[in-house]
Amino acid sequence: MIPAARPRPYADPYVAGACLGVVLLAALVITGRGLGASGAFATTAAGLTHAIAPGHADGNPYFARYLAAPGPWRDWLLFELGGVALGGALSAWAAGRLRGAVERGPRARPPARLIVAFAGGAIMGFAAVLARGCTSGLVLTGGALLGVGAWLFMLAAFAGAYAAAPLLRRMWR
Amino acid sequence: MTAPWIDDTGSAALAIAVGVGVAFGAALERAGLGSARKLVGQFYGTDFTVLKVMLSAIVTAMLGAFWLTQLGVLDLARVEVPETWLVPQLVGGAVFGVGMAMAGLCPGTSCVAAASGRGDGASVLLGIFAGVLATGLGFAPLRALYDSTPRGPLILPAWLGVPYGVVVLAIVALALVAFRVAERIEARP
Repeated sequence: MIPAARPRPYADPYVAGACLGVVLLAALVITGRGLGASGAFATTAAGLTHAIAPGHADGNPYFARYLAAPGPWRDWLLFELGGVALGGALSAWAAGRLRGAVERGPRARPPARLIVAFAGGAIMGFAAVLARGCTSGLVLTGGALLGVGAWLFMLAAFAGAYAAAPLLRRMWR
Repeated sequence: MTAPWIDDTGSAALAIAVGVGVAFGAALERAGLGSARKLVGQFYGTDFTVLKVMLSAIVTAMLGAFWLTQLGVLDLARVEVPETWLVPQLVGGAVFGVGMAMAGLCPGTSCVAAASGRGDGASVLLGIFAGVLATGLGFAPLRALYDSTPRGPLILPAWLGVPYGVVVLAIVALALVAFRVAERIEARP
């Protein structure tokens, strides 16, 4: 396959969403579990903590579950998220969208954007631990399976994002 | 044999995990959700891609799971429904939303953004890891909140006391209304 010379436009959101739904359905049918992302970060954190301070990690009630058999580095979500990075890179390359950039609003400087991005990531990391999932495992998977907590998380996340957006105009608009 | 077919953590399951991930990542990238600027358009009323993609995906998978169960192909009782923890998920959801508006990406899309060359995606990725690691290391004081209000694998039909099919129909209707509203707002001059 030869990548496009110029970036191609994105797919129709309804078509892309339906494809995403088919991927999710396939995961449910084949393996009995849906998609996820934040769990891969948790198992990596548990695995690294265990490598540095095994006793400390084993005694940690949050990390302990990821250290149980088959171990933190054979976690299903870790392999799935590796696939996400691979699939994202391949898709971007094929569409001529693989390029170095720092995405930001017209008024935001790159260093500020990177710092706010890191802070936003850290806040999401905390929240995903507390909620036991994120947009993949809770919203998409739990949403399609009609989980109560998933729908509450989804509504609360939209409320939080809409509440914060006016304060972040300098970053994006 | 009734689906789901694989329920071990052996090498076959991990190979499937990579395959599912590749398809998931490609779908997110095609939709444009590896782009933080496109994603935050949702919260400024200029680009409703997030809502359209998310609800289309949920409706597709929900209808598929529902009909495959009706046809006897899928055994929903053996599919893992994410557990409900009312207060942790309401609080966590609101906090997560603030982080998402700052980052412009979520954990899954930050991987796609980083993998397609975006420095802000890599920064979000590192931030999530730092957040998860710090929260895990400092888990003790959070535990009371984390373990509060457990409801198990509770689903909307049981919670509301209405049949599964009615909830499915209601969510399809809700999505169609949301799509119509989103298209109208996007079409504004």
